[in-house]
This record gives sequence, structure tokens and C-alpha cells, in this order.
Amino acid sequence: MRGLRGLKPREIIRNWKERNKSRIREWKLMYEAFKRSPLAVIGAILSVSFIILGIIGPYITPYDPCAINFETMIQEKLQPPSLQHLFGTDEFGRDMFSRVLAGARTSLQVAIAVMVIAVPLGLILGLVAGYYGGVIDEIIMRITDIFLAFPGLVLAIAFSVVLGAGIESAMIAISLVWWPGYVRVVRGQTLSVKENLYIEAAKAIGVSTRKIMLRHILPNIITPIIVLATLDFGSVILVAAALSFIGLGAQPPIPEWGRLVADGRKYFPQRWWYTFFPGVAIFFSVLGWNLLGDGLRDVLDPRYRRKLEFEKEIKV
Amino acid sequence: MADNTLLNVEELKVYFYTYAGVVKAVDGVSFDVRRGEVFSIVGETGSGKSVTSRALTRLIPSPGRIVGGRILFEGKNLLEMPEEELRKIRGKDIAYIFQDPSSSLDPLFTSGYQIAETMTVHATADWKNAWKRVIEILKDVAMPDPHKRAKSYPHELSGGMKQRVVIGISVSNKPKLIIADEPTTALDVSVQAQILKLLLDLRKKYDTTVMLITHNLGVVAEVSDRVLVMYAGRVAEIADVYSLFGEPLHPYTIGLLKAVPNPLKRIERIEPIPGSVPDMINVPSGCRFHPRCPKAMDICKREQPPLVQIRGGRSVACWLYAEKNS
Amino acid sequence: MAELKYYLVRRMITFIPTVLGVLVLVFIISHMIPADPARLWAGGEKAKPEVVEAIRKKYHLDEPYHIQFMLYLNDLLKGDWGKSPVTKRSVFEDIANYFPATLELALVSSILLLIMGIPLGIVSALKRDTIIDHIVRIVALIGVSMPVFWLAIMLQWVFYYTLNILPATGRGVAPQVSYTGLYLLDSILCGDFNAFTANLSHIILPAFTLSFIGIGVIARITRGAILDVLSADFVEFSIAKGLTKLQLYKHILKNALIPVITVFGLQFGALLSGAVITETVFSWPGIGSYTVKAINSLDFPAIMGSTLIIALIYIITNLIVDIFYAVIDPRIRF
Repeated sequence: MRGLRGLKPREIIRNWKERNKSRIREWKLMYEAFKRSPLAVIGAILSVSFIILGIIGPYITPYDPCAINFETMIQEKLQPPSLQHLFGTDEFGRDMFSRVLAGARTSLQVAIAVMVIAVPLGLILGLVAGYYGGVIDEIIMRITDIFLAFPGLVLAIAFSVVLGAGIESAMIAISLVWWPGYVRVVRGQTLSVKENLYIEAAKAIGVSTRKIMLRHILPNIITPIIVLATLDFGSVILVAAALSFIGLGAQPPIPEWGRLVADGRKYFPQRWWYTFFPGVAIFFSVLGWNLLGDGLRDVLDPRYRRKLEFEKEIKV
Repeated sequence: MADNTLLNVEELKVYFYTYAGVVKAVDGVSFDVRRGEVFSIVGETGSGKSVTSRALTRLIPSPGRIVGGRILFEGKNLLEMPEEELRKIRGKDIAYIFQDPSSSLDPLFTSGYQIAETMTVHATADWKNAWKRVIEILKDVAMPDPHKRAKSYPHELSGGMKQRVVIGISVSNKPKLIIADEPTTALDVSVQAQILKLLLDLRKKYDTTVMLITHNLGVVAEVSDRVLVMYAGRVAEIADVYSLFGEPLHPYTIGLLKAVPNPLKRIERIEPIPGSVPDMINVPSGCRFHPRCPKAMDICKREQPPLVQIRGGRSVACWLYAEKNS
Repeated sequence: MAELKYYLVRRMITFIPTVLGVLVLVFIISHMIPADPARLWAGGEKAKPEVVEAIRKKYHLDEPYHIQFMLYLNDLLKGDWGKSPVTKRSVFEDIANYFPATLELALVSSILLLIMGIPLGIVSALKRDTIIDHIVRIVALIGVSMPVFWLAIMLQWVFYYTLNILPATGRGVAPQVSYTGLYLLDSILCGDFNAFTANLSHIILPAFTLSFIGIGVIARITRGAILDVLSADFVEFSIAKGLTKLQLYKHILKNALIPVITVFGLQFGALLSGAVITETVFSWPGIGSYTVKAINSLDFPAIMGSTLIIALIYIITNLIVDIFYAVIDPRIRF
């Protein structure tokens, strides 16, 4: 069998390995660093479970999370946790376990939307502001500062009120509040990387600005951004839950954790499970991202990897 | 002679326990410092000269540890002294000047405060008198506009001025020994000479002893009475400055003097010492200099040379001379 | 000290554009984003057409935006922050009524945050990599992962419903005379000890809830700052000077305080956000409860008024933080 450029697949792999030797070594070291932090491993397990639940949660619920069965509603409503209903039932006799499972999707949707809208926006504006400087920088940063002059949640509330209740408006509102943080961080990093000689060299040989930013600056500043985005994934879940707790964001009958906590308060503390379990769900999914982000900081820290190098033989 | 000795260091060993292995930064160093002299320790980066100077008052941060030896200061062993007693000696009897004045001073306090607190902590002045003394000291260190500068924060001072403040701190308690660790290296070339001269003037004025740590042979020749040459954590040789530059004994010293312009002797051309500074974790066996030594013999690879006394109060650690004596 | 004065003047000057920027953003949210601001302000779909029309007239909503903005500024300065379509009350007066409760809660929470966070950070820096250090790290992670409204309910469950040692809701007893609007302070000023203890017991749960999310953050920052300072040369030089442990700590803590102050300024924003969400749980009669009530009754002018006042509190806090910063660190006075 002949593959690319007339080489055998095995040769291709060997060549690729040869060329990327140091990169593979770094990956192995990262993996080693990751394995050494039990908190990061727990974080990864929690975060991955959250994503999986967000995707398949609504399909694996033991009961329909939204539908109300009016025939059994009277007997089934507000039942304490039991083997049939692990987390008890709500005032319509719906299974809380199913509703909590299904709620993962709502949170995941909001978090992903914010990551897709706010992070790239902040990244681009930060790169542009840091790289070009001058008037462009001044304008971008003044606008950024104004957004940062508000406590995040408060501004998100104002936006979602104007945009109307609903999950889409929550996504937009949170994204609108989230990008400025990234502009700050990215700009700061860009400013320091920009001073490096290899940027000067790239400019001198006529590399295009777009290429300098994307190929030479971005890879060198991406580490703190990845850590920040991981931590923020959790923060977004928290803010989204807070919004729906006060009646904004996702609307019934879509199950949303913050909303469930708020609804359960009417029956608290007699029907404690109604409030308790959705809160636990929020806590652990946010905790997962925070643990993962905290662990990534070590994994992505080259100094930590150098230290590991001494302790363990890494073979490539 | 014994009366004249201020400091006596015997078989000092300082090891750093790093994750990569044990670094024997100082490994059996012995020397005397006499009252009133300028005693220089010279060596390359990593030779252990700075570590030696800091070990004298046990200023060795973790993972470093002083693992052996004896440091007699006016007859008292500093290595066995309780921490609190030693603290009373630091800054009072033994004062330091560090390399980088920009980072030696606390950025949040005025220079005057930092001089004054050194005196009040050792009760050589109360706060009221301390401020008066601060002005005197700043005049002593030739600080322009001392009244204004006493109230200046470190960031408002130039590098040279900061080092004057640091020197002021070190002389403020009229110490018996000042340990100056590369006091001019971080400074502008134009102020280096001034600071060095200031240090020597103050030694006379305050009647004190100076131990100078440097890698600069020019400085050594200019100011020292006696010189210790260190190589890879060990003493190469100790001699008075004229003998050292006039008739260096240790092959390392000979190489060193050929590698830089010799201030006391005309040399034809500058020759670098072949090879490089040894890896301090896996140090060469026997004499640590033997892989680079032009006169290396069989025994040099096997056994460490002892530090032997030679005529004129000189000592040298080299098999060339050990054999002659024994 | 002269530089400090110049710094303060300069800092005050930068305060003005920030406030103006905040006003512009609030204006954009209230006047420009909604398709029909007048209808929104009047209470949405169910508002009567004549009310909508009256609002449109009164606030000149047909004029170009720049004129509207000038009129908006003018109204704000005159104390006309709009009128609630629900209660028919002036938003400005309502906010003035609710403001002291939030201020008191924020102040007490901040104090708790600092007096718990900083010592925990110091301990974990000095006892690095020990059990205490790990516990502080985990507390920090739990704090930032905790939905604050849910924590509030859980604390009520434990301390009110189960143990019954702390009240779950309300602010306590109003002191006879209101000097500042801060119950704790006023009850001391009145010499009313009973009111003071009652008010204190009421504020414990809400204040602890709000501070809990930040205690770990402050502790971790303090820890990092102290470790950074410890590795600085001047600390070694200070030891070489023979300073006592106590004097050494003075230098270390003052230097370590700088990043802590910065983070506290940011953390105060989280604290205000938390207050907005949590006040309802504790029926704390502050801006947060007011905002949530307004959201549920679609009382738009009240929401915008609250947004503005909270932003102003936050900006002023950061101004104070910056001033404090300049007092500590002579380097930034320039």
C-alpha cells in the first residue's frame, strides 16, 4: 500500500513522529502532569459527564421531564425521594431526577453559546487592540472599561430584561457581558508577546498582519485563555442559573436548574428535595469546570513540565 | 595572630537538595578573615562564593542546607547559635550589601525609614535619634540632598543612590564585618568606581572589616588585602593580593589571570581556560579542576588535594604543592 | 505626599468619563435596544395606549437619540429616575429607601470577606502544601462553584429551620433614630443594645452567604502574593539586617496587600451581584429585593434605576480601592 508522496503508512507515521518529537514529548508530559493531580482528574470526569448528560440527558430520563400526567398528578405530587423517584417529585407529580437530568442540556446550551460568541469576540478585539495600539486600542479599551464598570450579573439582568425572557436572550445577554474580560486578558498578553524579536523578524520578511496575529501571537497567548475559558464555562452556568432563579432566562416547562431551585422554595423546607437536588447539580457541574481549569493551569505551565522531566523518564 | 582573627571558617559545607539531585555548592571551605582587612572571594558564577558569604549568618534558603563546618566569629560558633541570638548579630556586627540595590530595598518604605529601622531593631538608636542619624549616614555615603532623599521612596532614586542607601543601612550600626556581595555589578559602569571608593572610605571611617565577593579581578587587585580564589565550591588558593597576582600557584588561578587583562603584570595575549564550569550535581572526582587543568596528574583524578599552608601565609589546594610539602 | 494629592485629582478626573460611559450604556439599554421604549416603560403589552403616549411625550422619545440622552441626563440629575408603572412611585425615592440596606449588607460582607480571607491566605502561605493549605484551596473552589442563592437556602435550612439559632429573614428592628440608614451603626449611635443584637443576628446569614463565595478567592490571592513577596530580594536583605519576625511581617504583608486590594475591588462586583440574587431569599429589603420584584412585575424603570445605582456603587468602590492602593504603594502615584 502506498500513501502520501509514495510512502508507506508506517513510514508516514514514523516521519511525523520524527518531525514532532518534541511536541509529542510535551503532550506526554502534559498527560503525566494531569495524572498527578487528583483534583484535575475529578474535574475532568465531572466536566465530561456534564457534557455527556447535556447531550444525551433528555433521552435517558426514566420519566418525561416536562409532561404532566393529570390522572396520577394528585397521588404523585411532591413525593419524597424513593426508589421510583430518586430525587422525589414536584408539585405536578413530575420526576425530579428526570427534570434535573434534562436540565443539564439547558445549562450546556447557554455555556456553549457564550463560549462561541463571547470568547472569539473578546479574542479578536483583544488581539486587534494589543497589536495595533493607538486610536483603535483606545476606542476598544474605553468601551471594554465601560462594560467592566458593571458587576457582570447586574448588566446581564438589564440586557435580558430588554431582550425578553427566554433562553436565547439569556445567551445573548451573558455573551454581551462576557467578552470584555477576554479583551483585557488577550490585549495584555498580546502587548507582551508583540515585543518579541520573532514578531519583528516576521514583520521584516513581510508576513501579513493577519498571519502574524493568528500564527505567531495567538499560539503564544492561548494558554491563559484556555484556562480562563475552562473556568468561565463554570461561571456561565452559575450566571445562567442565577438569571433563571430570578425569573429571567429559560422559561417553563423547560427544566432549568436555577428555576427549579426557585420553584422549590415555595415548598421549602418540608419538600426539601425539590430545592436541594437542582442546587447540587449546579454545584457539581460548576465545580467540575473549576477543578479542571485549576488543574489545566499546572498542566499547561511549561515550568511544571520541566520539573516533571527530572522526576520521570519520558520516552518518545 | 589569633587575636587578629575576626572570622574563622572551617570545612563549611552547603548543599542544595534539588529535585535534580544534590548540588554541593560549597564543599569544605576554610579561611580566616583578619580585623581591618579587605578580604576578597573571587570566582566564576556558580563557584559558591555568594553561597559561602550568605552561609556565614545562615542566610541559606530552602532547599539549601548547611551540612557541616564551623564558623567562629569573635570566638563564637555562629552555626550552633540560637536563631534569635544570631538575628542580633545580623545587621549589627555582620552587615550585608547585596548585588542588586533595586531589589534590596522595600519599594513601599522610604529610604530613611529603612535605614532607621535597622538601627532601632538593634537598639543602637531610638526612633527620635535614628532620624538624625539617618541624615548623618546619608551624608557619609555622599548622598546628594540627604534631607530630601531620606524621604524618597526607592523608585525615586537612581541605581547608584539606591546602593548608597544599602551601604548606609549596612554601616548604620557600625558593624565589625561588612559582607559586600558583588556590590557594583548591577550598577552603571560610571558609578561602579565611586561606590567602590565609598566602601573603602567608609571602612576606614567606621574602622571595620570588609569581605568582598566578586568575579571581577580588576576590582580585587584594586582594593583587596587578601584574596580567596574559589572553584566549583572549593578553595583553590588563598594569598595576599601581591603574591596572588605576582606569582599565582594554583593552575586555575594561573588560567584565570591569563584569561583577563592582568592589572599588575603585562601579559602577551588573553587565553581562555579550556573546558567549562563543571556540572555541580555530578562533580568531577578528585580535584574538581582536573578535567580543565593543563598540569593534571593521575592523583588529581582520584583524590581531592588538601589545602596546604605554604610560605608567606599562603595556602593552596593542589597536588603540585601538596606533594612538595608532605 | 504632594504626589498623592496630584494622583487623587487625576484619579477623580478619570472617574467622570467612566460614569458618563455607564450612563451611555444604560441609556442604550433603556432607550435604544427596545423596539418601543415607551411601551416597555409603561409595563409592556398590557399597558394602556394613553399611558404609553404620555410617557412618549414626557420623555421626548420621538426626538433624535442625542437629544434624548441630554434630556435623560438632565432628568437623572434632577432626581427624576422615572416612575414605576406598577406602584406609581418615584424610582429615585424607592432606591433611596432600599439603598442603605444593601450598603450595610455589602459593607458587612466585605469585612467578613477580608477578616476571614486574608488570615486564611497567610496561614496557607506559611503552611504551604500542608493540610491547611489544601483545605483552603478546596474551600476556594467550593466558594466559586457555589450557586449563592442555593447556599442561602441551605444555610437557612441549617441555622433557622433545623437549629433555630439565627433568624432566616428580614433586617431586624429599626433603631429609634435613623442617622445613616445602616441599622447596625444607628443602633449603636442610639445606644440601643437590644436592637443592635437583633440586627446583628439578622445580618449574619446573608452577610456570610455573600462573603463565602469570595473568601477562598481572597485567601488564594493572599497566599500567592505572600509567596511572591517571600521570594523577593528585599526580604532576604531585611533578614540580613536582623529585623525581628514582627517587623519582617510588616514589610511582607504591606507588599502582599497590593494584589489583594486589586482582587478585592473585583470581588466586590461579585458581592453586589450576589446581593441582587440573594436578598430575596432573606427578604432583605435592599436594592436586590427591589430589582427582583421589579423583574417579576415587569417594572422596567425600577430595573434600570437599580442597574444604574449598583454600577455607581461599584465604580465608587473601585475609586476608593484605587485611592487606598495609592496610599499604600508610592510607585503608582505617578
